[in-house]
Amino acid sequence: MKFTLSWLKEHLDTDASVEEIAGTLTLIGLEIEEVVDPSKALEAFRVAEVVKAEKHPDADKLQVLQVDTGKETLQVVCGAPNARAGMKGVFAPAGTYVPGLDFTLAKAKIRGVESNGMMVSERELELSDEHTGIIELAATARAGSPAAKALGLDDVVFDIAITPNRPDCLGVRGVARDLAAAGLGKLKKDTVKPVKGSFDNPVPIKLDFAKETKDACPVFAGRLIRGVKNGPSPDWLQARLKAIGLRPINALVDITNYISFDRARPLHVYDADKLAGTIRARLGKSGESFAALDGKTYKAGEEMCVIADDAAVLGLGGVIGGEDTGCTGDTVNVFIESAYFDPKRTARTGRTLNIVSDARFRFERGVDPESVLPGLEMATAMALDLCGGEASTITVAGKPPRPNPAFRFDMTLINRLSGLALPHRDIRRKFSALGVKLEGKTNVLKATPPSWRPDISIPVDLVEEVVRLTGVDRIPATPLARHSGVAKPVLTEGQRRVRAVRRLLAARGLVEAVTWSFVPHGEAKHFGGGAPDLALDNPISTELSQMRPSLLPGLIGAAKRNRDRGFSDGALFELGQAYRGPEPDGQYTAASGVRFGHSSLDGHGRHWSGAAPAAGWEAAKADAMAALTALGLTQAKVQIVRDAPSWFHPGRSGAIKLGPKVTLGVFGELHPDTLEALDADGPMAAFELFLDNVPGAKRKGTSRAALDASDLQSVRRDFAFLVDGDVEAGVLVRAAAGADRALISDVSVFDEFTGRGVPEGKKSLAIEVTLQPRDKTLTEAEIDAVAEKVIAGVAKATGGTLR
Amino acid sequence: MSASELDTLKAELLEEVARASDLARLEEVRVGALGKKGRVSGLMQRLGSMPPEERKDFGQAVNAVKMAVSAALEAKHETLSREATAAKLAGERADVTLPVREGPLAEGRIHPVSQVTDEITEIFADMGFSIAEGPDIETDFNNFTALNIPPEHPARQDHDTFYFAEGPDGTRPVLRTHTSPVQIRTMLANKPPLRIIAPGRVYRCDSDQTHTPMFHQVEGLVIDEETHLGHLKWVLEEFCKAFFEVPEVKMRFRASHFPFTEPSMEVDIGYAKVGDEIRIGEGDEWLEILGCGMVHPNVLKAVDLDPKKYQGFAFGVGIDRLTMLKYGMPDLRAFFAADLRWLKHYGFAPLSVPTLAGGLS
Repeated sequence: MKFTLSWLKEHLDTDASVEEIAGTLTLIGLEIEEVVDPSKALEAFRVAEVVKAEKHPDADKLQVLQVDTGKETLQVVCGAPNARAGMKGVFAPAGTYVPGLDFTLAKAKIRGVESNGMMVSERELELSDEHTGIIELAATARAGSPAAKALGLDDVVFDIAITPNRPDCLGVRGVARDLAAAGLGKLKKDTVKPVKGSFDNPVPIKLDFAKETKDACPVFAGRLIRGVKNGPSPDWLQARLKAIGLRPINALVDITNYISFDRARPLHVYDADKLAGTIRARLGKSGESFAALDGKTYKAGEEMCVIADDAAVLGLGGVIGGEDTGCTGDTVNVFIESAYFDPKRTARTGRTLNIVSDARFRFERGVDPESVLPGLEMATAMALDLCGGEASTITVAGKPPRPNPAFRFDMTLINRLSGLALPHRDIRRKFSALGVKLEGKTNVLKATPPSWRPDISIPVDLVEEVVRLTGVDRIPATPLARHSGVAKPVLTEGQRRVRAVRRLLAARGLVEAVTWSFVPHGEAKHFGGGAPDLALDNPISTELSQMRPSLLPGLIGAAKRNRDRGFSDGALFELGQAYRGPEPDGQYTAASGVRFGHSSLDGHGRHWSGAAPAAGWEAAKADAMAALTALGLTQAKVQIVRDAPSWFHPGRSGAIKLGPKVTLGVFGELHPDTLEALDADGPMAAFELFLDNVPGAKRKGTSRAALDASDLQSVRRDFAFLVDGDVEAGVLVRAAAGADRALISDVSVFDEFTGRGVPEGKKSLAIEVTLQPRDKTLTEAEIDAVAEKVIAGVAKATGGTLR
Repeated sequence: MSASELDTLKAELLEEVARASDLARLEEVRVGALGKKGRVSGLMQRLGSMPPEERKDFGQAVNAVKMAVSAALEAKHETLSREATAAKLAGERADVTLPVREGPLAEGRIHPVSQVTDEITEIFADMGFSIAEGPDIETDFNNFTALNIPPEHPARQDHDTFYFAEGPDGTRPVLRTHTSPVQIRTMLANKPPLRIIAPGRVYRCDSDQTHTPMFHQVEGLVIDEETHLGHLKWVLEEFCKAFFEVPEVKMRFRASHFPFTEPSMEVDIGYAKVGDEIRIGEGDEWLEILGCGMVHPNVLKAVDLDPKKYQGFAFGVGIDRLTMLKYGMPDLRAFFAADLRWLKHYGFAPLSVPTLAGGLS
């Protein structure tokens, strides 16, 4: 919403500076977007009088002028045909930057004659494209005074952002009222006076709605003015409209635009000679369409409020008028419409047809329902003043909707919600300035909001007004009560886990990324997602169209982009949400990582001490297990099964399970099809942990179990077994560990070998078994007995034999 | 054997010790001299067959030779050992200027958004706020209607909402456009007094130089029977001072409008621009950082709280924006590009955990 300082001052009696006004507007919720003083750009340009004009001795089209700049008389060479002695124009002395020419003037000799500046055209000042001659100013302009003032360009323009709850401030008068309420001056008295009609309005008006839809247009008033002489509006009106970025059209149309911005009251003017019969406000009918003022043809939907005569649809109520019945320079008889249109229906119509207009902007936010008649009277007075003619009586169909009703307002609510303690006198003065009527003498009052404030309907709305106009700066900062003593921990176990896993993965050399929650549909599908109920209806692009079923596609894409940038080896992880369904429990928290190129815990890529291995299942499993260990789950407690999803290499991947049902995570090298689907290159290994599936810690108090460290020396024995190639180490280790649960405290695999000495189809697995005696040192015989049990147990579980 | 012969023997043996060039040769010398069949030992054996009156003097003389040779052997042994070790070590020389692997702690990084979320958590936890969470895919009710944004409200259009297809109940789920629906979930699940913050991802159908379709917000909510705007002001001022780690901040509260709060305010923070650096707490420029206000009575009613009894405030801040301001990151889009160069440069070391005791940054 734009307006100029002089326009504001028509409604507000104030001595406040531009800075004070701008600062206040921002604080009271009418945020300044921009304040432009057009005279700033024209500061160097001054009014000058041409004292003498003589032909240039050496050029037919040039003249040599003597100009009085108010300080001195200077010689200027000028090519404008309209330059002549006695005229006043705009002078730019040497050293001035001329925007329309984009250069800075210098003293020069033009065809041998010295020139000390320039008399400029409108184009040279970028005021218009006019360049047939230099600017001619009124004879009253004083030489030496700023040209901006003489040109009427000294009016500061304010541009403010209006929040959707303040339709009243979509007119300058509303802004002025707010400033007055904020203590920045006094609102001037309204000067609109009714114009008495001298003949009966001959245009019948009808509201043609069913009972349920009559709120679409509850009131419609109009009158005819006959015998007008339409044409360009006067300079002051054109200047105002131009200053706020509107294009003047003709006096009658300009009047409606003016009142729209002056009073937030949209109106419409019809060329009455182009109307046929009764003017109706009604809902559109199927098949109806009309040519609108914006040059486009629109279909009027059955839910839209249209204005029609007996022949055709004339426009969409509150949104846009029709081309055929608009006022032109030839209009002699004008019919003025002032109505109220329902905000919701207006918004829907505008949205459906994608029409943006000043009328829609106001009606959908709520125009003052009681401005129907004052708006019409104001337009009438202006039309008669600018275009002459004779006004009819006013016809009003229907009646305006009732503004918000009065409500009880307890003044103590102000202090309760804001902490402000203000004298009642101050509060009452503010409400009075806003037009809020207060009745009663105690703390509990009856408050009646003004018709132009649809946003005031409950007590808290009035608290907002007081706070807004007083300023939060005046509210004392009040410490929130603290719990006595030391602050308590507040994180849930789930939140602590997320933090622990995040730090742990970073500590293992993985770099945390944040990738989009949505991925291309094809990628989602590849990772087991892609369900229609997780597809965005209005994605920003197909690349970001489907909620991710896993964090891996985003990470693999990120790994690929980094490789493309020259990072051939690295490791990334992400900790965040993925989606199995649209319900809240369909969202789960995953911790996922990707190692690419050559990468392991020790580092990435080549190194003199030995290159990192190609990113493999081992590194991915190690990362996953380390994270689980941080959450209290050791390798001994979980099971590794060959049950990883299809996007992993079927032979080099696994699932980490806790019992048959709970999957804690998956890991492995990526399937070549996955890499191809995501246009990425291997080697790449990944893991994904489902943190919600990790059981909660059974923590009771802070005390640890007592240390179980025997004084007796533990005994280590190595065994190498020859087993079938497909026997899994996990099975063998479990069998060995189970051979004597009391004595065997640890089993580790220290070698896996195939090749020389191992028959085809077999492999050698070497384990170290630790025996921890409890009561007494073990004898050789006892140790041998356990060893036999280990060998027997392994043989039974795997068919393996001692090598 | 005469005294002069003994002197000669001693001189010979000492000469042999001196000439031994390595430990093996020295051992031969020792055995030749002091070994069981050595020359000195041989003399000692002769003592038994000597007349007693000679035995004493001779014995003393031989013993002196033995002592002298032993001492020489010991000294020579030490010298040769030292030389041998030095020679061995000289052969073991390594190029210690070779750079070692920096190790995983130097490689890994925490994303700035995670780090700053931890910082924010640390500050609010101290003020008694807990952390609430909610899903990204929200109901229309939680994201809009319960927050006093009814279906035709113009604010719905301002939100650039991502929608999903209509569900079985006839409504369209949305990607939450703000963290405010967590307010609703929190108030439905818990009774006041409440103090929560809710950090998380939010989504708007918007993408350009300064907007991304996904970003991060943190919501704050306090509901009890007496918390008012003065408390809100205090909390935000304390938060900003702690977060930006400056002794004072200048804040400007501008009246504004949000459907879910009333009165509503936007808050600017004072800063100075020095070169490319933004310094919070100095200067006269203003930068908008958050929106806030007193929870609207209609929101309280939507979660069955009596607005006559309960009241409180809510605020919403962009985490990414706070991060950019505090750490001088110019481009929001880079947050989600997963460019290792950016992550390594702006990311945080794995063990730099923000604490109030140790400082946030």
